[in-house]
Amino acid sequence: MSAIFKKIILAVAVLAAVLLPFVLEDFRVFQLNLVLIYAIAILGLNILTGYGGQISLGHGAFYAVGAYTSAILISQVGMSAYLTIPIAAVVCLVMGVLMGFPALRLAGHYLALATFALAIATPQLLKYKGIEHWTGGVQGIILDKPTPPFVLTLFGNELSEDRWLYLVILAIALGLFWLAHNLLSGRVGRAIVAIRDQPTAAAALGINLTFVKTATFGLSAAYTGIAGALSALAVAYIAPDSFPSFLSISLLVGVVVGGLGSISGAIFGALFIQFVPNIADEMSKSAPWAVYGGMLLALAYVAPDGVMGILQKLKKRRQS
Amino acid sequence: MDSFLLQVTAGLANGGIYAAVGLALVMIHQATHHINFAQGEMATFSTFIAWAMIQAGVPYWLAFVATMVVSFVAGLLIQRIFLKPVEKAPILTNVIVFVGLLVIFNAFAGWIFEHTIKSFPSPFPVEGMFLAQYFSGHQIGSISVTLVVLLSVFCFFRFTPLGLAMRAAAFNPESARLVGIRVSWMLALGWGMAALIGAVAGMMIAPIVFLDPNMMAGILLYGFAAALLGGIDNPWGAVVGGVILGVLENILGAYVIGSDLKLTMALVLIVTILIFRPYGLFGKPIFSRV
Repeated sequence: MSAIFKKIILAVAVLAAVLLPFVLEDFRVFQLNLVLIYAIAILGLNILTGYGGQISLGHGAFYAVGAYTSAILISQVGMSAYLTIPIAAVVCLVMGVLMGFPALRLAGHYLALATFALAIATPQLLKYKGIEHWTGGVQGIILDKPTPPFVLTLFGNELSEDRWLYLVILAIALGLFWLAHNLLSGRVGRAIVAIRDQPTAAAALGINLTFVKTATFGLSAAYTGIAGALSALAVAYIAPDSFPSFLSISLLVGVVVGGLGSISGAIFGALFIQFVPNIADEMSKSAPWAVYGGMLLALAYVAPDGVMGILQKLKKRRQS
Repeated sequence: MDSFLLQVTAGLANGGIYAAVGLALVMIHQATHHINFAQGEMATFSTFIAWAMIQAGVPYWLAFVATMVVSFVAGLLIQRIFLKPVEKAPILTNVIVFVGLLVIFNAFAGWIFEHTIKSFPSPFPVEGMFLAQYFSGHQIGSISVTLVVLLSVFCFFRFTPLGLAMRAAAFNPESARLVGIRVSWMLALGWGMAALIGAVAGMMIAPIVFLDPNMMAGILLYGFAAALLGGIDNPWGAVVGGVILGVLENILGAYVIGSDLKLTMALVLIVTILIFRPYGLFGKPIFSRV
């Protein structure tokens, strides 16, 4: 495929993505918003776990911090919703870097353990009475969805709040995916992967392990934090129960389904964790999690590289 | 003073449970250098099995023993079926399998036994047998049962040929294989025993915290902290760590930080231990050569 042809396909796909909400009902658009948000969060976790090889079972905590940062700034300070997103990113970046320092000393299982503890402790921490006047305690915080700045009607559908939010989230998601692609396919990405595969050799080649590892953690947390902030806007309500310990595991499921160390796989992972539970839910309240667990096991044995791995294999087979 | 002592005794009872969970984690870590994230959910599931048997009219102690047997076999099978294929796979794959097992056990516990909170019977009298003003019957019973389990585990490893073989397999797999020990089966046995110890911990804690699919999440966290505090490769360390944590948790919970932040305390403990003393109080530092 020539480079120009690829660019045309990309442009058509983006155009289709922009027009998509105008042919769907509001509720479907809302679901798509969540897909995009999950995709950003999964991409964030994948930067850390898939590329960096640092296992985090606690990324739900960053998601929650992003959401709460945004919601508190809107409800308590009265800040514009859009402004809170970069602030949430910075807050999570700092938190990620702080978490990255202990992570330097913790390899493999131990990092997984520390972040697992973070995942389990988060819901209780969010309910803590000492910070109730900020977080709203168990009641949570109710927000208004941002209103669209102009009136527009396309295909007989007007630009509703959800549709406007979709466009905002899509723009942010495209920006973040573009950023991740450029970062990871260049020098920085090679350094991150080198540290994952051969830390000693990477250090010998002059890569600053401390800096790259903490920076990766910070970047990953910032991505997930942005996703959290957007989720607060999209759902317009947050409470401790929106961020259960299993949220972190959902994100991991998304990463594994999409494919470890793959950027575009995040979309597949997000589609999976948004829609599969809805379908499985009809059987039993526990069915989605049974499916998640089964998927994790099955993929670990059969397709360790997820959907993107399978697609690449098919592509190779067709070419040969 | 009396209320302080009550906190200490309640802490001892909980500490015994943490010690047992910590010990189960150590058993698997010693042999495979893996941390079993599914340990808590496996124990919960075992407890549900015991609950179902007791509901069906099986006498408590019969159900207790039957659950131990079932858990042992299940643990063994889990290692054979799910862990053996990924024995040599990267750490990430192993963690994914553990998390997968955690999620599956949690889901099926909820699916089969539903999410309602259930009360779980205690086989011990309400009144304590001695020191009744400080210990409830269940606390004494739970401490004794935990002690019996810990002692039998100790005797098993110290005095039986099979225990020796298991220690050899964990200590030096290559040499153990050369003298004819089936190392992989030893790992499976270790898994079975870990599941059994976890099941006992689950059945002892269930009367206190009530039974639901997420019962063990917080307890597992304290079990991790106990294992780490004692040194994750040191069974005795896990036991001592568990008891220290149980008492510490109750005293801090009652007098310093309140009960709302108990899990956060475990988190802080785990991170602090991992950063400052990753080999725990009684473990040996590990060095790796380039």
